[in-house]
Amino acid sequence: MVHFTAEEKVAITSLWSKMNVEEAGGEALGRLLVVYPWTQRFFDNFGNLSSPSAILGNPKVKAHGKKVLTSFGDAIKNMDNLKTTFAKLSELHCDKLHVDPENFRLLGNVMVIILATHFGKEFTPEVQAAWQKLVSAVAIALGHKYH
Amino acid sequence: MSLTKTERTIIVSMWAKISTQADTIGTETLERLFLSYPQTKTYFPHFDLHPGSAQLRAHGSKVVAAVGDAAKSIDNIGAALSKLSELHAYILRVDPVNFKLLSHCLLVTLAARFPADFTAEAHAAWDKFLSVVSSVLTEKYR
Repeated sequence: MVHFTAEEKVAITSLWSKMNVEEAGGEALGRLLVVYPWTQRFFDNFGNLSSPSAILGNPKVKAHGKKVLTSFGDAIKNMDNLKTTFAKLSELHCDKLHVDPENFRLLGNVMVIILATHFGKEFTPEVQAAWQKLVSAVAIALGHKYH
Repeated sequence: MSLTKTERTIIVSMWAKISTQADTIGTETLERLFLSYPQTKTYFPHFDLHPGSAQLRAHGSKVVAAVGDAAKSIDNIGAALSKLSELHAYILRVDPVNFKLLSHCLLVTLAARFPADFTAEAHAAWDKFLSVVSSVLTEKYR
């Protein structure tokens, strides 16, 4: 069971409260599809993914990105209980979506980089470490029900 | 995996901007690495790893200088980093998984310092470039 210190929780929640989840979600998913183009395999029905600008402007990417990041918000409200919080989503990603859990790690790291672009100096090495711990724990929780 | 012309242009032009802050970028990258991935400290038992330590600064400079060498010889990274490749294979023997961790921390440092330049396209180019550098450094491992 992952334990977050009080400092780590503050580092995470304070940044999260300043984020535009809708925009950041689209950016995160968009960057995933741009930087790791093989991840597009899950989104054949998303329409035009032919270039970075097409991907980042794609309304389906933005909508889905918002969904994903909103769900991430649940993680932040339940940092001490991630495996239970994501049990159903874990089953979904395994049984229905057939997503390799490696993709959760890739998306987590893309999110960290987006936080860096948004917060600059404020995204100190200590703050990054707290976020790496969170994205890693979320990735593990999402993979937990795989069979 | 090889870099397209566009990717090379992105790396080379960004490097020109980055090189003025090379030393502090190197130090910050290592600080991020050791904090987020404490297991990487096992390769430095002989170092003082406190933030601001002279050894950390010197080593950070070295690392970023090597990335710079790769950028300056971007058409032949293998040749530019050949000696470093041997060093990593025969002497340092850093487990290959760590190159991804260091690369990620360098990307975070660049993203934090150059947010306007670090577009999705630039992010993709840098991720790929560092992946090529990592491959070169591990290609003699076995």
